[in-house]
Amino acid sequence: MTDATVTPPMRAKGKSLMADDARTQKRNAAERRFKAYGIIAILVGLSFLVFLATSILRNGIPAFTQTVVQVEFTLTQEEFDAAEGTLLKTSAYTDVFVSKLTEQVSAQGLDVEVDGKAVERLLGKVGGDLREFYKENPDQIGQPAQFQLAAASRVERYLQGKLTRDMVVDGRFLEKTDLDIVDALVDAGIITSAFDWNFITGTDTGVDNPGGAGIGASVIGSFFMMLVVLFLSLPIGVAASIYLEEFAPKNRFTDLIEVNISNLAAVPSIVFGILGLAVFIQFAHLPQSAPLVGGLVLTLMTLPTIVISTRASLKAVPPSIRDAALGVGASKMQSVFHHVLPLAMPGILTGTIIGLAQALGETAPLLLIGMVGFVAREYPDGLASGLLDPNSAMPAQIYTWAARSDEAFFEKAWGGIIVLLLFLMTMNIIAIILRRRFERRW
Amino acid sequence: MSSIKMTASVLAITAVSATAAMARDNVQVAGSSTVLPYASIVAEVFGDNTDFPAPVVESGGSSAGLKRFCEGVGENTIDVANASRAIREAEVAACAENGVTDIIEVRIGYDGIVFASQIGGPEFTAFEPADIFNALAPKVLVDGALVDNPHTKWSDFNADLPDADILAFIPGTKHGTREVFEEKVIAVGCEETGAMAAMIEAGMSEDDAEDACLAVRGDGLSVDIDGDYTETLARIDANPNGIGVFGLAFYENNTDKLKVATMSGVAPSTETISTGEYPVSRPLYFYIKKAHIGVIPGLKEYAQFFVADEVAGPDGPLAAYGLVSDPELAETQAMIDAEDTM
Repeated sequence: MTDATVTPPMRAKGKSLMADDARTQKRNAAERRFKAYGIIAILVGLSFLVFLATSILRNGIPAFTQTVVQVEFTLTQEEFDAAEGTLLKTSAYTDVFVSKLTEQVSAQGLDVEVDGKAVERLLGKVGGDLREFYKENPDQIGQPAQFQLAAASRVERYLQGKLTRDMVVDGRFLEKTDLDIVDALVDAGIITSAFDWNFITGTDTGVDNPGGAGIGASVIGSFFMMLVVLFLSLPIGVAASIYLEEFAPKNRFTDLIEVNISNLAAVPSIVFGILGLAVFIQFAHLPQSAPLVGGLVLTLMTLPTIVISTRASLKAVPPSIRDAALGVGASKMQSVFHHVLPLAMPGILTGTIIGLAQALGETAPLLLIGMVGFVAREYPDGLASGLLDPNSAMPAQIYTWAARSDEAFFEKAWGGIIVLLLFLMTMNIIAIILRRRFERRW
Repeated sequence: MSSIKMTASVLAITAVSATAAMARDNVQVAGSSTVLPYASIVAEVFGDNTDFPAPVVESGGSSAGLKRFCEGVGENTIDVANASRAIREAEVAACAENGVTDIIEVRIGYDGIVFASQIGGPEFTAFEPADIFNALAPKVLVDGALVDNPHTKWSDFNADLPDADILAFIPGTKHGTREVFEEKVIAVGCEETGAMAAMIEAGMSEDDAEDACLAVRGDGLSVDIDGDYTETLARIDANPNGIGVFGLAFYENNTDKLKVATMSGVAPSTETISTGEYPVSRPLYFYIKKAHIGVIPGLKEYAQFFVADEVAGPDGPLAAYGLVSDPELAETQAMIDAEDTM
């Protein structure tokens, strides 16, 4: 034993381990501040999201309901023949309907003056629907039939409370006295509100007929475009990335290709539109406004995204898998197709779906190939017609509606955004599920 | 692999489509965004009432539409160009260069150009062309001298106008509406205020002075709108002091947001425009390639349908939307029947 006592090194007086010194406090404060910035950033982002979501829902939900005029009437054979004999058959049907409705309302003894002109102002363009019904069901001529037909957009806005009596300026579209008739008809149950299936299944209409407009045809247009994008960009993109990643020699040339693919991914989409116009329409003479051309243009846009994500997921497969396969005597190709590719599949699929979702929301390139405008008018009747007949796409349809003067179309545009978002969400959810399901960790 | 088969079949369809493209069965229309609403109404009704498919109608402005129209003859070019002004000599020449020689000009009716402002904004209720010129020209006449436009408020040059900052949203140069605005308002104002005479006195030739009279100030108080009227409306919504240039039909669809100003004391309406009292109106046209008639099914029928009395006449759906119908519609109908070119 020695008498040397070991004294612990003295801490400065008054400094306990429990109390932080000034420097530590400063560092901790910096950390707290940083966390606060992070939370604020998230809150700002969330509030934007909430604002966006509420404004989309508030503006878009009304597009799914339609104010309708409910009426039962009989079209006689003579009236049918007379209407079919005119040039503007649809408006002849509207006239017949207006006179029937006027009679019916007068007969019900409502205490308002009802004349044909007023009824015409309150109704949407119903002639097309009527003609279609009687063309398809000729046996209904002479029979009483029940109809729910769209009311004029201003009537709808009045019932939604967006148009008040003081705002109405007497004119061709609506007069103040018409609102008394609307009130009376609502009380009598002739004007009601109904879910608008036509908005989901219908086609685009002229600017004077917002009540009849639907997004259905452009949904089909988007669908065919996505079909082209999927069946072209997935095989081409995957083949290109497998070659580049697994087989290609690493030299200046492949480096150059790699850099250019990354550059392509950053090219603004409108550039692909100009390219599509020049190559597919002016040079290859493909039809204008066709989903096929739209799909080809979007394929160009989606390819780099798919190549990049595929290469990333191929890289993520550990080399041990390849080595083991080669070790038991598999050829290079067998090792890639039997072992590497299946393991990389979830990543490839996720990348593809995200690329497709991006392409689905793209409008700019479609402007140049004639898919924006009054296009989505008819449903295709098969694969070839779906690819080649003029059609629009959802974002293009939304853009077109937003530019029209009647406010009812603005509402339709918001409603279209909801439909588009539902599609995008479904696609993203599928991507997440695929990733969760097939993801392998090492 | 099945995806390879799928790719092959898609490629096969692509190849087939190259031949299918030779038989386009719908009419392709592009051009003026002022004519677009009318064309879309006609396209819908045409598709509903005939056995032809509905034509495809694109927008983009008169000049852009006529440029595409003049690209050449063939199935991959448009058949009809909508325009809110008459075709220019230079455009006819450009057309001829590309082989588009026989062009049928169809006048569908008239449209008024109105000046409107926010319904709750300052009292912009009466304008003269001179007021618009004084507000928007780059050089104006002040006390007998031609100076760079010093006005920043409407009341600076006309005490009857509100004491509000000058801010005008006018159609961009690719719109046909711009040309009408320049010729019927700015140029008239230029003459009325005597600025044109002053320019000629200062040594300008008459042609140069006329051109100089069409210019608009570039210091930000006059804003070119290259989009549709909806964009102008959005700007007006955000700027109580803003004055916007609209088509009559667009204004009539938005009377709850806009108030309209009279021009030279006349309020714009279909009646005052058809009588010619309201000064700022212009004819609307569309142009057809004669070479496409008989090749594109439904092209001639579309043109005939468009100008039929039931459609473009005073009781038709176009007039109901805001088109001022052409009193000489019968001549236009006869011209289309005979396929008379320009």
